[in-house]
Amino acid sequence: MNRIAILLGVLGIVALLAPFAGPFVILLLAHILVLGIVAMSVDLLLGYTGLPSLGQAAYLGVGAYLTAILATKFGVGLGWDFWLVIALGMAAGAATAAFFGLFAIRASGVYFLMITLALGMCVWGLAYRWNSLTGGDNGINMRGRPSFAGMRLADDLTFFYLVLAFFIASFFALHLLVSSPFGKSLVGIRERELRMRILGYNTWLHKYIAFVIAGAFGGLAGVLWAHLNGIVSPSDVLLPASVDVLLMVVLGGPGTLAGGLIGAGVVVFLRDYLATVVPWWQYVLGTVYVLTILYMPSGIMGLFKGGKA
Amino acid sequence: MDAKFWLIQIFNGVSYGALLFLLASGLTLIFGVMRIVNLSHGAYFLLGGYVALTVIKASGSWLLAIPIAALAVAAIGLVMERIFLRPLGFDPLRQVLLTVGFAFLFQQAALDIWGGDNLIIQPPPTLSHSVVVGGLHLPIYRIFMIALAAAIGLALWFAMERTRIGAMVRATVDDAEMARGVGIDTSRVSMFIFALGAFLAALGGVIGGAFLGVYPGLDFEVLPVAFAVVIIGGMGSLAGAAVGSMLVGLADNFGKALFPEVAYFSLYAPMVLILAMKPTGLLGRE
Amino acid sequence: MNRKVFTAIAALALSTGTSAQELKIGFLAPMTGIFAQIGKDMENGFQMYLDEQKGNFAGAKVTFIVEDEEGKPPVGVRKAEKLARQDNVQMLVGGLLASTGYAIAPVSTRLKTVYVLSIAAADDLTQRDLKEYPYIVRTSWSSSQPHHPLGKWACENGYKRVVTVGADYAFGHEVAGGFQKAFEDCGGRVIQKIWPPLGTKDFGPYIPTIKRDADAVFTVMVGPMALQFPKQMQEAGIKTPLIGGGTSYDEFVLPSMGDEVLGHVSALQYSAALDTPKNREFVRKYREKYGKVPSYYSESNYTTAQMIHEVMKQTKGRWPGPEKFIAAMTQLKLEAVRGPVRFDDMRNPIQNIYIKKVEKKRMFGYEKDELWNTVIQTYPDVSQFWTYGKDAFLKQPVYSRDFPPCKYCN
Repeated sequence: MNRIAILLGVLGIVALLAPFAGPFVILLLAHILVLGIVAMSVDLLLGYTGLPSLGQAAYLGVGAYLTAILATKFGVGLGWDFWLVIALGMAAGAATAAFFGLFAIRASGVYFLMITLALGMCVWGLAYRWNSLTGGDNGINMRGRPSFAGMRLADDLTFFYLVLAFFIASFFALHLLVSSPFGKSLVGIRERELRMRILGYNTWLHKYIAFVIAGAFGGLAGVLWAHLNGIVSPSDVLLPASVDVLLMVVLGGPGTLAGGLIGAGVVVFLRDYLATVVPWWQYVLGTVYVLTILYMPSGIMGLFKGGKA
Repeated sequence: MDAKFWLIQIFNGVSYGALLFLLASGLTLIFGVMRIVNLSHGAYFLLGGYVALTVIKASGSWLLAIPIAALAVAAIGLVMERIFLRPLGFDPLRQVLLTVGFAFLFQQAALDIWGGDNLIIQPPPTLSHSVVVGGLHLPIYRIFMIALAAAIGLALWFAMERTRIGAMVRATVDDAEMARGVGIDTSRVSMFIFALGAFLAALGGVIGGAFLGVYPGLDFEVLPVAFAVVIIGGMGSLAGAAVGSMLVGLADNFGKALFPEVAYFSLYAPMVLILAMKPTGLLGRE
Repeated sequence: MNRKVFTAIAALALSTGTSAQELKIGFLAPMTGIFAQIGKDMENGFQMYLDEQKGNFAGAKVTFIVEDEEGKPPVGVRKAEKLARQDNVQMLVGGLLASTGYAIAPVSTRLKTVYVLSIAAADDLTQRDLKEYPYIVRTSWSSSQPHHPLGKWACENGYKRVVTVGADYAFGHEVAGGFQKAFEDCGGRVIQKIWPPLGTKDFGPYIPTIKRDADAVFTVMVGPMALQFPKQMQEAGIKTPLIGGGTSYDEFVLPSMGDEVLGHVSALQYSAALDTPKNREFVRKYREKYGKVPSYYSESNYTTAQMIHEVMKQTKGRWPGPEKFIAAMTQLKLEAVRGPVRFDDMRNPIQNIYIKKVEKKRMFGYEKDELWNTVIQTYPDVSQFWTYGKDAFLKQPVYSRDFPPCKYCN
């Protein structure tokens, strides 16, 4: 419980200091938070349910493209209907996961890894080829961020606070989920699926529901992602995007939820900040991954706990 | 679309399948023995191509480049297995992620050492023409690829089925604990197989280098294809790799020729369907 | 303290510090990943001009900051923001892919920062979408620009029935579209359009489907595709002449090609074999400095640097502000390495388009026989609208897979 207090404390400090940070830093922070949401959804699957998914970027993509298409083709989502788009994004993410889950949940371990990879690539293929809808490889340009209730999201600081609020809300929602009996049974499935089945649990259904929920949060992150970047393109759903998120979870610490945020922070810092300072940042990134996996199996959060969740 | 069309398409599909076999055989062996999903396999493929280019530049000999590149990368694989994968023990997820971390490192190193130009491995002139058979132009290089893949396939099969080492490998694949029980040094087998897998990938990279080119990013391009083959054929099964590579080669080829609209899905959609029906692949067993 | 007040004070403090004699240029190109070498070529081209001027543009000291956009639009956005808001550059230069161009252009509008597109060729950036981007100017080309004259050339040189094989993405569609429009307007017929996915290296599935009664095959190949297609056509025993879009045979891929491409024709606003004293000097210097013959990626950025310098000469080294800078740049008339360049009223260059043919020979005093894109015909003063006139051209849809439609494809 005090871990949550620490997390909130840190976020609170960041929120207070944000107005004094440069605009680029605020952008990076917003970026970290959005990816943190995706990472948490991956952690739900990986850390809690034991399902390593290599295709979560697909749900981000679905949410992001939906947002972009609604905004540019229908003019929806630029005022109060922004909140409608959020709901639709989550629904779209969940629906896609519901469909994909029918194929994927049958598998486990490395087969799950592979089938989610393939499904992710199918989404990429769709985004790439369906030119009339998705703009193909040019992508879709958002035409500016929404405004409502006097808040202009075009102001980066305002947008940052909104993203922060979404992150905290997502964190709490997921935290409640994993602390609930449902969440505990997910952990049980991760540890000993056979035993859970013998005990009468419908493990397929549990995994499926977790998968759909993860998809919903991926879709949410997608809506925010579209507004954050101002452009949605197929590269958002490419394989490396999914790999990145998985690695964020491993870096931060699987099974901790907050670890996803930490992992996102490290990766974004390395990619977007260190890259501007030194040309050999990719070595640092690779080495950090390797060292974490070798010596810190519980990720960075593991350093603070000294043990597995 | 006359008979010639179908024949040449079949030929193309089979030759592509041959290249896929070189790529996938190592991957499936590594998984079969060690249950590791080696996501740096693509990097081994690419490194094989790069090392070969260096050897060719230094010595002028394409023939020499093949074994040197394959052995060099096998050595890298050996080191990686010994020093990095071994300590992790049996933890498939962490092993997978470790191989990804290395893939990043290899990619950056390759860029720094060889630069980012799109390169191509020129095969010797003898292999660079086409032979005309029954009105069909068959590039000799593709015939060579098919022959080589077949030879390697046979050699692997022979080694697995008829030699002691092969027996040890098969025992380890079937049941590692039992294998240890009868005195087989499974950790040595693992090391050997990982090196062999890297060797085969690099070999594929040298041979494929004339065909696919050698450039940064190729590693992550071939990786999903290799996995598609292995999954469709069944992870851990050499026969599966052969079947899978032929199936993928032909399906991909015909898919693109007859239904160009679905070119992007011709690889992944079958993979999803097969996995949905039989999660361990066509010839795999878990 | 209010953030606005803080930044205002800071800006005041800085503005007196950033004297009018400093010019900060933010450069965006892919430095890692599959396009890393192209990014390097882009950077080297710009840097070479900068070095020639000893980092000084008419009295303004140039700070040149290079950022890696990885070929991914979101990264392009982030780096552009970083350059504009943290490093306070006066202008952004670069962007390789169309998607990157489209990602950064809105940033330039939002932040009121000049964005000089030195490569990204997407047609609509300086056509139907230009009004949304008042701060951009393009110094390279639009995808279809060189291919209109090539279409005319093909028709005038006896080709009547052409099959197009183009990489299946927006750039490929626009290049092939430009060719088809001009070719068919002159009386030619495109009888088949094949679109292999971008990155295809095994053309085995596609080559046997090419119609045998074609006079020529027009290709849009990029990177590794460009290396493979001519080879595989030759291996398949197909003797049909190949005509290429600008990237099918440009100097980025030419050094890795072999005799199979001798005689192949393509079109672009630059060829390293352009036999002018200016180009000879450029090629020799570039090759000596960077070890390879310059491609258009390098020339374009070199010329961009030159253009920026020319504008700064007019203002005596003082940064005139984004609007005046763009106005001044689009008024330039320059003798660049690629020949005479000026701008149309949509901020895209009007320039020579060279029809080139691959030949093996010695050039510029080099000792070895090498492959060069010899210029066989020049179309001067080519704009992005060719002979159609801006209004008529903009009325038609942007070139895509389905436009122009394949009337003769049965």
